[in-house]
Amino acid sequence: MAESAGSAGSSVARPAPHGTVLAPYRAVLSSRVRSQASYRTSFGLDLGSSLLVGLTELAEVAVLFTSVSAIGGFDLAAMLLVFGLADLCFSLADMVVGHCDNLPEYVRTGRLDVFYLRPQPLLLQLVTSDISLRRLARAAVGLVALVVGLVVNDLAWGAGTVGLLAVALVSGTVTFAALFVWAGGLQFFLVNGSEMTNAFVYGGRYAATQPGTVWGRPLVVVFGFFFPMAFTAYLPTATLLGLDTFAGLPDWAGWLAPVAAVWAWVAAGLSWRTGVRHYQGAGG
Amino acid sequence: MCGHPSGRGYSPPVLSVRPLFPSVGTPYLRLVVAGFRQQSAYRLAALAGLVANTTFGFLKVALLLATVRAAGGDLNGYDVGTMSAYVWLSQGLLGSVNLYGRSEMAERIRTGDVVVDFLRPLDVHAGAVAMEVGRGLFALLPRGVPSVLVGALVVGMTMPTTPGPYLLGAVSVLLGITVSAATAYLVAATGFWLVETRGVALLYMVVAGFLAGLFVPIGIFPAPLFWLATATPFPSMLMYPVDVLSGRVDGLASLGLVAAQVGWLLVVGALGQLMTRRGRHRLEVQGG
Repeated sequence: MAESAGSAGSSVARPAPHGTVLAPYRAVLSSRVRSQASYRTSFGLDLGSSLLVGLTELAEVAVLFTSVSAIGGFDLAAMLLVFGLADLCFSLADMVVGHCDNLPEYVRTGRLDVFYLRPQPLLLQLVTSDISLRRLARAAVGLVALVVGLVVNDLAWGAGTVGLLAVALVSGTVTFAALFVWAGGLQFFLVNGSEMTNAFVYGGRYAATQPGTVWGRPLVVVFGFFFPMAFTAYLPTATLLGLDTFAGLPDWAGWLAPVAAVWAWVAAGLSWRTGVRHYQGAGG
Repeated sequence: MCGHPSGRGYSPPVLSVRPLFPSVGTPYLRLVVAGFRQQSAYRLAALAGLVANTTFGFLKVALLLATVRAAGGDLNGYDVGTMSAYVWLSQGLLGSVNLYGRSEMAERIRTGDVVVDFLRPLDVHAGAVAMEVGRGLFALLPRGVPSVLVGALVVGMTMPTTPGPYLLGAVSVLLGITVSAATAYLVAATGFWLVETRGVALLYMVVAGFLAGLFVPIGIFPAPLFWLATATPFPSMLMYPVDVLSGRVDGLASLGLVAAQVGWLLVVGALGQLMTRRGRHRLEVQGG
């Protein structure tokens, strides 16, 4: 490992990478964080707008309950839990991998080809190419809704409840992250039709905030199982509160959230692999 | 939010316009036609929009119909059939009305390309709005009509049986598209002062979707929120055209809604003229 290590990494003078594998990613990410924090007014406005987005989405749900007391067997308190879980998980995933949405732009402008030149995995580079701190404001709305939901619902607190919440939060975030990557793989084929994947990424977020009891069979198939949105918030909540599950699932179905997360990543992995192999450069 | 972000804002400007009818009247009408033709080049994007629209439509229908049923079949005047009509008509219009605040004009002001527009013997404001209206009208073909058809065939909806609401509805839809284009122009025009309008557009998107009645019809808002919505141009873009077209509001009341749309068009139109004139003197093109 002397001077003959002629890889791309050693030929460029880099400021003290300390030899760790993660150093380049950490350098990029910390630069992105610093750059967002340096335009304070713009960052403040971004945070404020993101907060407002979260609040109106909450209002859209709450407004329905001014006329009725329960929808699909879920009252406002239960809906707050569903909304909080779904929105918190989605915002966290969006913050970390949401910029996979920029892939069509990267393909069109040829910026993706630059990623190919570096000796690092493509997906990891794309994921660590940015981090959207303004999503923290969205996550805050989700967190507050979740906490209020936990307080106003009559929960039997114990190891089971805490465990299920932890499992749901981690699995939900991982599942939503998979959706972004899943969509990213398809973007290699779609490019100008990038809006197509909004149907299941943002449509998925919307579906995740709904109680699955209101869905007909096609929606159960699509957002219950294929894109496993029901497992991110609705089923864990149903298990926590002892409410109805769909499609004859047992009342402990909320514990299956990690299975859904694994399935989502299998699908995302396949999609990403197919997309990358299909890509032949933008001709730049 | 329901099909955003759309690819419409990124379309390159068409430089030479081959008129559909060689001697069609005013240049503004030609710009409407140009916008219409420009969008027809993006077929995959149109299909993608349709898929996103219908998916959201099915989710909206599931939640709102469950709400109507929970209310015993009558939710502030909405039954299952009229609620379904609201969902599919509003999803259908979504590709045509600008509820996300971004526009080609915002980009032209930011980059300074708008200078070229000011050199043309045309009114910059009217020209930009005309082009947007043309794009919006085109979107009715690949996104609007199919969305409504899918809803009507798969879910079913209650629609009027007399021609009146459809005729007035067509006028109302055209007005809705125009009001939204003229209001989104105001967002772009703040760029004369701010240069970067991303924050304003984001704010517009949040407020517009909610107050236009995109996710929940404003008819089931609590009273203060309902009055707040009617004090803005947003219901004129989506809610009023849907109400008129679906026949939920008919007779004299539907004429009232169309009159409100005309009123708002005059207000945002005048504001657009004013901002363009003032902004022209503020305009600084950066770089060389």
